Amino acid sequence: MSDSLDQIFIHAKQWLLSFMSGRAPDWLVQIISSLINIVALLGVFLTLFALISVLERKILGRMQNRYGPNRVGPFGLFQPVADGIKMLIKEDIVPARADKIVHFLAPVLIAAAAILTLGVIPYGRNMTPFTIDGGILFFFAVGSATELMVFMAGWGSNNKYSMLGAMRAIAQMISYELPLIITVLPVVMIVGSLNPDKIVGAQAAYSLGFIPHWFVFTPWGATAFILFFVSGLVESNRTPFDVPEGESEIVAGHMTEYSGFKYATFFMAEYIGMFAISGLGVTLFLGGWHAPVHFLEFIPSYVWFFVKLSILLFVYIWLRGTLPRTRIDQIMNFAWKFMLPMAFTCVVAAAVWHYTGRGLRGWLWSLAVIAAVYFTLSILLDTRRKFAPRTYRFAE
Amino acid sequence: MSTVAFAVIAILTLAAALAAATLQKLMHAALSFAVMFVGISAFFFLLGAEFVGLVQIFVYIGAVAVLIVFTILLTRDDTGKVRSFNWGGVIVAIAVFAGLVWAIAKTKSLPLTPSQIEPITVQRIGELLMTNYVWPLQCVGVLLTAALIGALILVMEEKS
Repeated sequence: MSDSLDQIFIHAKQWLLSFMSGRAPDWLVQIISSLINIVALLGVFLTLFALISVLERKILGRMQNRYGPNRVGPFGLFQPVADGIKMLIKEDIVPARADKIVHFLAPVLIAAAAILTLGVIPYGRNMTPFTIDGGILFFFAVGSATELMVFMAGWGSNNKYSMLGAMRAIAQMISYELPLIITVLPVVMIVGSLNPDKIVGAQAAYSLGFIPHWFVFTPWGATAFILFFVSGLVESNRTPFDVPEGESEIVAGHMTEYSGFKYATFFMAEYIGMFAISGLGVTLFLGGWHAPVHFLEFIPSYVWFFVKLSILLFVYIWLRGTLPRTRIDQIMNFAWKFMLPMAFTCVVAAAVWHYTGRGLRGWLWSLAVIAAVYFTLSILLDTRRKFAPRTYRFAE
Repeated sequence: MSTVAFAVIAILTLAAALAAATLQKLMHAALSFAVMFVGISAFFFLLGAEFVGLVQIFVYIGAVAVLIVFTILLTRDDTGKVRSFNWGGVIVAIAVFAGLVWAIAKTKSLPLTPSQIEPITVQRIGELLMTNYVWPLQCVGVLLTAALIGALILVMEEKS
């Protein structure tokens, strides 16, 4: 019973394809099979986007001691529908001096890249939309293309605020791509594969029936997960690292000249990117679609995946409601002086964990490595002794 | 099916390359160049060289294309201006093409029936890099680290 519930979507797809087999040529069946995956993926994540956009406003409202949207539909749940209609009927303004084609293509391509990254994440048992051997690499390869599209948005608008905003965004994204990718390295090293399914498979076992073998429960995994999460915050331009947009301080960065549905497309790409990076975090460190304890494995795998995903998304919103925005120089310093050395330490600690037997001894040894580097770094980077009146280089 | 895919990708790649060579605005040319890189990586995927295709996107779209557009942006103030037709470029292109044709024509062709090659997985590449090619890998690593440190020193604020 629970097994068929677990595989219900796989069976549904096979049932749909069974009408085709024998009647249509092979390549058509293949294309239809991919199309079903794509439609399902888009349906689920665009619904999730609509849902999270209203939930975020409600949660933020509660954190700021107000109600949040509650006028449209029950509990304000139809708010995204109203927002969508509003965005669609808004005037689409294209600046007269803008490069029309580049200006138009930027939001389209940025959304396409964000959606592509969703394709390689395993959402449940046998539920990876596109299985390729280097899935993790695919994720980052497509993600790294986003920088070019941000540049297109900034340059195509032909506006100096857009251009400066785009350059800030790109500087930030390039700096944090490095720790983001290096924190993934220990997991790839321990599993010995870039295939997301194999990474999830390697976290399947339980000790004593209730301690799951998720990588987040090892010292190197926990450190790497925190670093990964922070880098993910930066990559998806979320508070406290949302300087590219900085809605309350500057004009909207590279999105300054966009209005109406194009702006909404940027907004959607940002949220989809957030889902993708959280989904990858769940896959790499939080055991993917595995249940946290063995006797709960009867609950379908995709339910566990989305439970973990929602917890991570809640933390994203929670941070937005809690932390003030950081300055761009603070972000950069943090990336190069703290994130990068710690990310490399995770690689070393994972190797130590592996060669001291992956047991309790390895656990303690890798903890020692990480603690040593962490405390050394915190002594080296200690700025408390250097407090002095702030000096401005160009504003005097 | 793969013939159709080949034709589609080839047309796209060639069109993008042609656009990169002939478009009047320099920035458009750079962006078409990026599209051409996507086409080339699609070829690698079609040939089953998944890893090379992914690295192609990673390095050329994520780094080289961004580098090119920034170089254009930061070094010239005529990015919006229309560039004129460059006969020197045509001569260089023809010379390179002729050289390549000459070299290909001179090369002894391989046997037409391909020997059975097992698809090279990422894991296999990793194993080879860590065993047979560990010294070249380490040398490249040292070189890149030196380049990184050099770049940081160049942009470091000078203490007055």
